[in-house]
Parts: sequence; structure tokens; C-alpha cells
Amino acid sequence: MTPPLALDAGLAVLVLAVAASTIAARGTFASVIGFVTYGLLLALAWVRLSAVDVALTEAAIGGGVTGVLLLTASARLRRAEKSPAPAEHPGLVLRVTAAILSTLVAAGLAAVVLMPASPVPTLAPAAMANLPATGLGNPVAAVLLAYRAWDTLLEKVVLLLALLGVWSLAPDLLWGGRPGPRHLVRQESPLTLLAQFLPPVGIVVSIYLVWNGATAPGGAFPGGTILAAMWILVMQAGLADAPAVGSRTLRIVLVAGAALFLAVGLAGFVVADAFLAYPAGYAKPLIVAIEIPLTLSIAATLGLLVAGPPARAPEA
Amino acid sequence: MTSATLYGLMGAGLVGLGLYGLVVYPHALRKILAFNVLGGGVFLLFGVIARRGASSGLGGDPVPQALVITGIVVAFSATALAVALVVRLVEETGMAALPSDDPPAERAPRTEP
Amino acid sequence: MIQQSPGYLLVLATVLPVLGVMLSLTLGGRRAERVALMTMPAGLAVAGAIFACVLATRRPLLYVVGAWAAPLGVSLRADGISAAMLLTTAVLMCAIGLFARADFRTPRPGPREARAPLAFWTLLLGVWGALNAVFVGNDLFNLYVALELLTFGAVPLVSLDGRAETLAAALRYLLFALVGSVLYLLGSALLYGAYGTLDVVLLSSRVRADTATEVAVALMTVGLLAKTALFPLHLWLPPAHAGAPTAASAVLSALVVKASFFLIVRLWFSVMPALPILPAAQVLAALGAAAIVFGSVLAIRQTRLKLLIAYSTVAQIGYLFLMFPLVAGAAAAPGASSAAWTGGMLQAISHACAKAAMFMAAGLIALAVGHDRIAGLAGVGRALPMTVFAFGLSGLTLMGVPPSGGFLAKWLLLTAAIDRGQWWWALVVVAGGMFTGAYVFRVLARTVTRPGERLVPSAPVARGREALVLALALLSVVLGVLPFASFGVLQIGRLDLPPGLLR
Repeated sequence: MTPPLALDAGLAVLVLAVAASTIAARGTFASVIGFVTYGLLLALAWVRLSAVDVALTEAAIGGGVTGVLLLTASARLRRAEKSPAPAEHPGLVLRVTAAILSTLVAAGLAAVVLMPASPVPTLAPAAMANLPATGLGNPVAAVLLAYRAWDTLLEKVVLLLALLGVWSLAPDLLWGGRPGPRHLVRQESPLTLLAQFLPPVGIVVSIYLVWNGATAPGGAFPGGTILAAMWILVMQAGLADAPAVGSRTLRIVLVAGAALFLAVGLAGFVVADAFLAYPAGYAKPLIVAIEIPLTLSIAATLGLLVAGPPARAPEA
Repeated sequence: MTSATLYGLMGAGLVGLGLYGLVVYPHALRKILAFNVLGGGVFLLFGVIARRGASSGLGGDPVPQALVITGIVVAFSATALAVALVVRLVEETGMAALPSDDPPAERAPRTEP
Repeated sequence: MIQQSPGYLLVLATVLPVLGVMLSLTLGGRRAERVALMTMPAGLAVAGAIFACVLATRRPLLYVVGAWAAPLGVSLRADGISAAMLLTTAVLMCAIGLFARADFRTPRPGPREARAPLAFWTLLLGVWGALNAVFVGNDLFNLYVALELLTFGAVPLVSLDGRAETLAAALRYLLFALVGSVLYLLGSALLYGAYGTLDVVLLSSRVRADTATEVAVALMTVGLLAKTALFPLHLWLPPAHAGAPTAASAVLSALVVKASFFLIVRLWFSVMPALPILPAAQVLAALGAAAIVFGSVLAIRQTRLKLLIAYSTVAQIGYLFLMFPLVAGAAAAPGASSAAWTGGMLQAISHACAKAAMFMAAGLIALAVGHDRIAGLAGVGRALPMTVFAFGLSGLTLMGVPPSGGFLAKWLLLTAAIDRGQWWWALVVVAGGMFTGAYVFRVLARTVTRPGERLVPSAPVARGREALVLALALLSVVLGVLPFASFGVLQIGRLDLPPGLLR
């Protein structure tokens, strides 16, 4: 085995081991820690697969934001659960059936992986050929914001509905209030220190990712996620409070990204060939103009998804 | 055996592990974790297909890579909604395992909202 | 481009409800209801226009988004069944929206915005947009995003009242739906790996029968079956549909489950028409038959009205899957195949109208008597005659009694089964009708029982709402009286028929 292949084999085995430990761990907390590790290792795998945009997104969302979400949830569950669940030991029949089913599916997929179609069908040539028309240098960004922009627009709406769904779980009396408890600032705690020093760095990194995402790996999604992570950090350290769910300003910020994207898309009927088409020569400025509110909306939505449903009654 | 194939096999393994965890463990948060592992495996398969489609000076086919990015964001919002439901359910009932299948036959009468 | 000019309607079909969602969230408060009520006629007009266009040109409507042609870009396509489902969705959304006004009003002396009304109206619009995206989608990944949009709109509707049972039901629904979507996505990945495109029309010409394709179809079908709640993956449906508020139950049972069914039809007959699927189709239909029997038997045993109706949905979904072995292999028996195709889709449409009417009737009955128990329905027939009559009419469609849409649908499936020599499905259709009759009559018999004294409704029931329910029930009956030729529209754009056979 050549050294790179040995490295890949080692990484693959490690990821599988960590995933197995996540699934089979004794306690929920251990599972979540295993999951965060798994997310970060997975990002390495994506780099080895030459998908740097995906690696950035996976590290930020899979390893970062999902980890915070699950840790916070597991802490709340520990406080609220009446009895720990070891009484629910899954029966042998269920385990065996599940094991057979999973092995069958995994084996089927492995067989498909080991027998690739030849020649391998790919859209890379078409993507590269059309790249100059979009004015972008990053083909993944071109797919997300030009060729398959319709998917990205719908995905923004998916995020909005998910957030509304989370908010709708609050009791009626707390509607319109702020999510999460009021975190108190602890002097000289590492969390407070991190929350004071890291966000400026994070903001700069995020701006760089968004700005540079047009020509190099990056873009609105990793950029927005990093902004969300900084915001979550600041909220959890108590340096800023979560906004009230009923706030009109917040609602506008959340909707702005999708709204502007939709507006540009509809304008395409008039000034360009079709819905979500860009007029020749204006593609890149329009795409960058869309990305900025999109980043802010993504940051706000992801941060609020982690914060959860409103937990404090609205003021006045 | 290329590195892409190795990661493809890893993805297949993750799908199997995720499916197993989803079916076997009754605790809702563990099911959500298993669902994320399952999703990670599916995305990896897309990634392997992308890697094999490398051409025209690119390291991989950008279309599946973009699909994975969209998928990761959607999977996160699904996780967030599911986690919010679990936390709310536990705060109401104190139990995180889903109740057994048949809904109770007789309940206190309720008027419609 | 002139041929594409009506194509923008396909975009509007999804964009209008999405705009509604965004406006509703931003304006908030009482205006959310107003935004929904203004979107309804607009959405109905667009759906009607698409239907008229497809009917007039006798060709599917196509639109290329962003002027990037497939396989690189995404396109939208509305064939006959898309147009029919778009129109059905629009009509039902208008009816359900009008019905729900009384339940989801933001109270006047109170905060500017209340949780349940804002969530309901916004989620309703979100579900509408997602449904339309599913019906006009022409790209497998686009359809995945639309399915997720649909799930995130539907799940919070189940837990809207915040009780522990509905939270559990919503969580179970979400978990089933997520597993379904991820299996669907896995299958799409394998298809892309084999053919290099996710466009439905392109795939239909490129698909060959090999291992990767068969594994992909199997995975995607299982995933979509979980979302359609076909036996034995139906466990999540009864508590979810029964626990949701009335208007939400109507949307869920009538429309949301039909979206994943629609995608299975798309997958089997549009994406891979060349695949020899008859053995697998027999398995699907067998599961459908099991659903009819199992669901009906469980429905008969229920003591609560909404649960009975929910189990009835489980049973009626089984009929939809009888169409698969009867439509397959269209080239060999085009007449019977087309009859079965029309029968299956008509079952979906008439069940949608009838089930929505039934759930809404149950909601009005529960308002009047103050509870949900079937044993305590004595006297409702005199207190709410229109509602009980509507319930009965809907029951006729579900049973398959002439002259109703349900009868025509089941008749078509029956004749197709006999024509193709698969007579056992004909037996299933007949038996199913008898089972359905058992639980429908059980409810109706209770409502006409005279109590000792006249029933005093515990809450006033508006005549307008009763009329709305009756109108929907009548619609499901009228569908069976339309001239048969009018169903030719359902055949437009079928990719599994050899071109010369399209009428």
C-alpha cells in the first residue's frame, strides 16, 4: 500500500470505530462526544476526497454546530428525565434482525461501490464549460448559486420552516419571548474569555470565506455557519442575550436572504432569459450581492435553531 | 483499490451502522445520532461518486459536492427540529423513549381547539 | 421563448406559497391569516391555469429554471397527473383554509401575535408550496428538498396543541419521515453514480436494468413507502393524523401522504419505465391488500372517531398500490394499463376530497358533543344533519358505492385486474369495500340513535362550516359522475407508454 492509501485506510477505520462507539456508547453524553469527534474526522475524509467546500461545511455544521445542539440537549435531558433508560435494553430478536438488515444494506452498497460504472458519468466538463458565463471561479459555488439555484432557494425555505417548527413547540404563554435561559456572565471563566476573543477572529474568517467563496472553496454556507457559531458562543457565555422570537427586526433578518434571492430570481423573468437566470455580465455581482444577506440569514437561522424554542415570557 | 473506493466502503459501513442504531436503540436522542451517522454515510457515497467524476482539471464533479452541502444543511435542520421535539417531550413526560405503538383506547374527553 | 411562456406558471405554483410563508413570518400577528387567505385564490388560479394549459395542448408543460438545461440545471415539468394533483391540492387548501378560520383566529383582546395561529397559517402555506414542488419537480434531488420541506411543514402541525401524545406522535412521524428521505437520497446517489443525471426525463431514456439501478429503486421505494405509511410501515400515521388539529388532519391525510405516493408512481413509471417490474409490483400490491384488510379491521375496533378515520386512511392507501401491477408493462395491455392508471390516480383524488371532508365533519361533531367517542354520538344526526350527511357521502366514496369518485376508481381497478388476468386484486377491491362499509355504518348508526332528550351542542357550529364540509363531500361524489373522457387528461405525458399509444 502506498503511504497515502495507508493514511486513507487508517482514517476510514478510525471513522468507523468512532461511529460505532457513538452508536453503542453507554450514556448519551459519551455518544454526543463521540459524534463531535466523528464529525471532525469526517471533515478530514472530505479533504482527502478533494471536496474542500464540503469539508468546510461538514466541519462547521457537522462537527461544530450540531455538537453544541446535541450537548445542550443532552444536558437538558439529564435534568428532566425521570429515570435513565438502561431499563430499556433492546431484545435479542430486534438486535439480530437489525444486524441482518444493516449488513444486507451495507453489503449491497459496498458491492455497488466496488463496481463503478465505466466510463464514470460526470458533469464536471459541463460545469467547467459554463463557468465563464457565471463569472465565478469556484464550480461548487456555480452549482449552488447558478446552475441549481432553485435547490438553494428551496433549502432556505426549508431552514425557515424548521425554525418555525422549533418555535411552535413553546407553550402559548411564552410565545414571542427569548429562547433559552438567561446565561450569566462568569468572570474569569474560560468560556467568557473565549467568547471575548474568538468572535472577532470568527467574523473575519467568515467574511473571508464568503468573499473568497466565489473563486476558491468557501461560500455562504460555511461562512454563515461560522458566524452562527460565534453568535452561539457569545450567547452561551452571557455576553449577549438571545433576541425575542416575536421581534420584527429578527424576522426580517431571517427572511431577507431568501427574499432577496427570490427577488433576483423573479427579476430574471424580465431582464434575463428565465426565472433564476442572470443577465449576461451581471452574474458575478448579483451572485455576490445575494450571498451577503444569505450569509446573515443562514447565521441567524442556524444560531436560533440551536437556541431552541422561546423559554422566557415576552417583556411587556 | 483507490482511496475513493476505500471511502466508499467506509460510507457503506456508516450506512449500516446508522441503520442498526436507528432500529435498535429506543432512546430518541440516540436515534437522532444514528440518523446523522446514516446521513453522513449517504453523503460520503455522493462524495465518492464526485471524486470518481474528476475531470477537466477539477478534483471532483462539483454537482454531487454541491448536493452534499445542501444535504448537510437540511440534515442539520432536521436534527434541530427532532432534538427540540425530544427535549419538549421529555420536559412534558419525563421519558425519552417513544411510547409503545397502539395509542391508548380511552382518554379523557377533549373538545377540539 | 413562446413555447415556454406558460411554463412560468410552474414556477409560480411553488413561489406563491413560498412568498406567502415569508410574508406571513415577517408581517406576523393577525396578518398571517390574511396572507394565507389572499394566497389561496391566487394559488387556485395558477393551478387552474396549469390544468387548462395541459388539457388544451395535450402535452406536458415544461420549464427550464435559470435557462441552464438539464443535466446540469434543473427543470420543472407538469404532466397530466401533476396538473390534476395541483388542482386538487389548490381546491382542498382553499376549503381547509376557509374551514380553519374559526379555529385559528388570533384573539382580539390579547397579544399582537399568538403561537398557534401564526404557526398554523405559515406551516399550511409551507406545506402547499412543498406539495406543488413535488408535483412539478423533474429532478430527483429537487424532489428530495421538496420532500424535506413537506416534512418540516407537516410535523409541527401534528404537535400544534402541545399535548404529550401529539409531541410523541410528531416525533415518531419525523423519525419515519427522515429515514424515508435519507433512503430516497441514497437511491438518488446511486442513480447519479450510474447515469450522471438526476433529471427524470433524461433518466427515463438512459436507465438500464443493472444492480446499481435495482438497489437504488428498492431503497427509494422503501423510503417513500415509509412516508406514505403503507403496511407494515404505517405505525406512525394513526396517532399523528388523529392527534393533529382538525384542519391539519385533513391536510395530512388528504394531501401529504399522497405526495410520496405520487413520487413512487413517478419513480416506477417515469424514471424507469424500461425496468421489468412486475414481480416487485405484485409485492407492492400485496402489501396494499394487507393494508386494506389490516387498516379496516383496526378501524372497526376503534372507540374514538378521529382514530377510526386515521386507520381508514391506512386502509385506503392500500388501494393506491393495487394500481402498480396493473399499470406495469403498459406496452402489452395499453387499454387495461390506462384504466388502472386512471383508477389509481382517481382513487388518490377522490380519497383526498372525501377524507378531508370526513376529518372536518369529525371536527364539527366533536365541537358539538364536546368529545370524540363514537359511543357517545347519539343525537348528532339531528343536531348537525348537514355534517352527518357529508360524513355519509364521504363514506360512500371510501366504500366504492356508485355514483362516487371512489366507485369509479375501484371499478376501473377491478376491470383492469380482470382484463390483465390478475383477478385476485378484483377480490381484494370487493372485500375492501365490505370492510369499509362496516366501519362507516358503525359511525352513521350511532349518530342516528335517538337519545332520551334532544342533544344540546356544547359549542355553536357555524352553518358555513357545515356547508363547506358538505361541498367537499359532494365533490368527491361528483368526480364519479364526470364523463369518462374527461379523465383522458391523466394520461398526458406518460413516459411508460410507447409514444404512438398516447391518446
